[in-house]
Amino acid sequence: MYTIVEAKLLAPQIKLFRIEAPATARRQRPGQFVIVRVHKAGERIPLTVSDSDPHAATIPLIVQGVGKTTRLLNEKGAGDFVLDVVGSLGKPSEIMRFGAVVVIGGGVGAAIAYPTARALKQAGNHVTVVLGARSRDFIILEQEMRSISDRLSVTTNDGSYSQKGLVTDALCHRLTAGPSVNYVLAIGPIRMMAAAADVTRPFGIRTVVSVNPIMVDGTGMCGGCRIQVGTESRFACVDGPEFDARRVNVGRLVARNTMYRQQELRALQEWERARSGNGCRLSSQGASLEPGDQFP
Amino acid sequence: MFSRLPSGSEAERVCPVDFGRGFLAASTKIRADNVLPAVTGRVCPQEHQCEGRCVLGRRGEPVGIGYLERFVSDDERAHGSPAPPPMSPPSGKKVAVVGSGPAGLSTACDLVRRGHDLGVLEALHAIGGVLVYGILEFRLSNGIVLQEVGHLPRMGGQFRIHVGVGKTVTLDDLLNQKGYDPVFVAAGASLPVFLNIPGEYLCGVYSANEFLTRVNLMKAYREDYDEPVFNCRGREVVVIGGGNTAMDAVRTALRLGAAHATIVYRRSEAEMPARVEEIKHAREEGVRLQLLTSPVEFMNDGKGWLSGVRCIRMALGPADDSGRCRPVPVPHSEFILPAQMAVIAVGNRSNPLVQSTTPDLETTP
Repeated sequence: MYTIVEAKLLAPQIKLFRIEAPATARRQRPGQFVIVRVHKAGERIPLTVSDSDPHAATIPLIVQGVGKTTRLLNEKGAGDFVLDVVGSLGKPSEIMRFGAVVVIGGGVGAAIAYPTARALKQAGNHVTVVLGARSRDFIILEQEMRSISDRLSVTTNDGSYSQKGLVTDALCHRLTAGPSVNYVLAIGPIRMMAAAADVTRPFGIRTVVSVNPIMVDGTGMCGGCRIQVGTESRFACVDGPEFDARRVNVGRLVARNTMYRQQELRALQEWERARSGNGCRLSSQGASLEPGDQFP
Repeated sequence: MFSRLPSGSEAERVCPVDFGRGFLAASTKIRADNVLPAVTGRVCPQEHQCEGRCVLGRRGEPVGIGYLERFVSDDERAHGSPAPPPMSPPSGKKVAVVGSGPAGLSTACDLVRRGHDLGVLEALHAIGGVLVYGILEFRLSNGIVLQEVGHLPRMGGQFRIHVGVGKTVTLDDLLNQKGYDPVFVAAGASLPVFLNIPGEYLCGVYSANEFLTRVNLMKAYREDYDEPVFNCRGREVVVIGGGNTAMDAVRTALRLGAAHATIVYRRSEAEMPARVEEIKHAREEGVRLQLLTSPVEFMNDGKGWLSGVRCIRMALGPADDSGRCRPVPVPHSEFILPAQMAVIAVGNRSNPLVQSTTPDLETTP
């Protein structure tokens, strides 16, 4: 059991948790993720850690409630527990002195991008951060990003805040004005990451994305997170999650991520029905004994 | 009377002596050098190991060592614990075992009995490795694994789950900071091998590890568990491979309601690495075998889902390095097996987590 020591709503359905996990916190590097299981009958889901501090005993997770598991997690508050946290998994972000870099955080992708952006700044890079979301309410970590960047642009699809448009508009603007850019990190919805790669391609700028495919164990064991990178098959959990944007086969990644869409929708609907009905049925779930139960 | 078993069990002393004194005594005897008799009695290829080397087998049936182990451990589960095995006095040494699969558990048991301060470090949320994520309930129930692994904490060993050695903690940290010396790495052969043929990314195509883990460890077959798995009820399922894992996967697909479940294997039945018993059970349950057949392509239904497996017939050529006949494609013999789900069960490579942060670790190829 892992204790939630802090829980704070950052935006509608987007919540920040600080979870006590000293061993993971000590080893956590920007770009790495953890696997979380909320309750005994639950899935294992990958969540990227939104900051790294080797001296902290907690890890921050920023969670967007989209399906049953993330909605269930977002119901929790300080003092509650999650059943499993294992990390830090995946390869850390590549941090070096590239020169001028652009870090794009689309939606909740900002949470994943933040520790890497900060590390890039500390490594001596000129850092431009671009944050984007569909409207003002969904922009997160603006102050944090401002404090660690040389420039910050914010875009909203509906124009409710800052510049109206897409993160790629701000990226285009940055590439044509200011010091020439050597490295772009784009994290957000898959389509956004692909669009960012399309923008940088004519400039020949190295562009990296952090992919979020379906995973089970996160340790290289299931192969469910395989993606095509160039002509090779790579596992996001052990070879990634960051890959060269121009080599990732985006179409296949998008298609594979829809594999359980129907089941996910049904699970969410059932959960919402149970939640709005009388009494909570979740508490009676998964009462059977299983290996691991007696060894906390 | 018998040669020693791979696990070191002294079966000759079990059989004639202990049955007269009751089965718990037999259990104690077996456990003197086999920490997992309920497991080895069920899933080991005994015909190649202990029973294959039994001298009685030269003139008839070997002693059923596997069934003896299974019976004695089942009896023990029903009637109480055997006497604890003799323990050495504390050695003052701290020893770590990485991974709680069969190799880790067997080693851990020997180490704890020699008096070492033992920690078994497991990355998953359950103890048992392949015994809990891979091998299915109908062959080895998780309850039996739970009972078997329960002996180790009673002897003083400690399990730590959620510790991915190489990630949560490095090998160097274990040796230099945590004071473990030595560390035994039993991280397992768990990185699934894919076929590298077109269509491997389609929805509906699984590695055996993923399919079995979803069903077994994560209990996707149960309505009250959240884990999803492809709903193969009434569907056509193809499993590629001829080993025990392939047999587990294909029999699982049938249990999940597949209309037909077919093994595709590129050599003939004689070369199948699966236990004879597993192949027999699969056949009895209605599994179809497409032998001397190799997959060429996973076919797309046009929407990103699997619609069939294009295959080619094979013929056996001269023996290769493995000593088995090399399969060679028969020209113009391609055909399509309809399938909405396919499982690739052609083997695994070693897990890369430990090496990922221990680049100077020497390994054999």
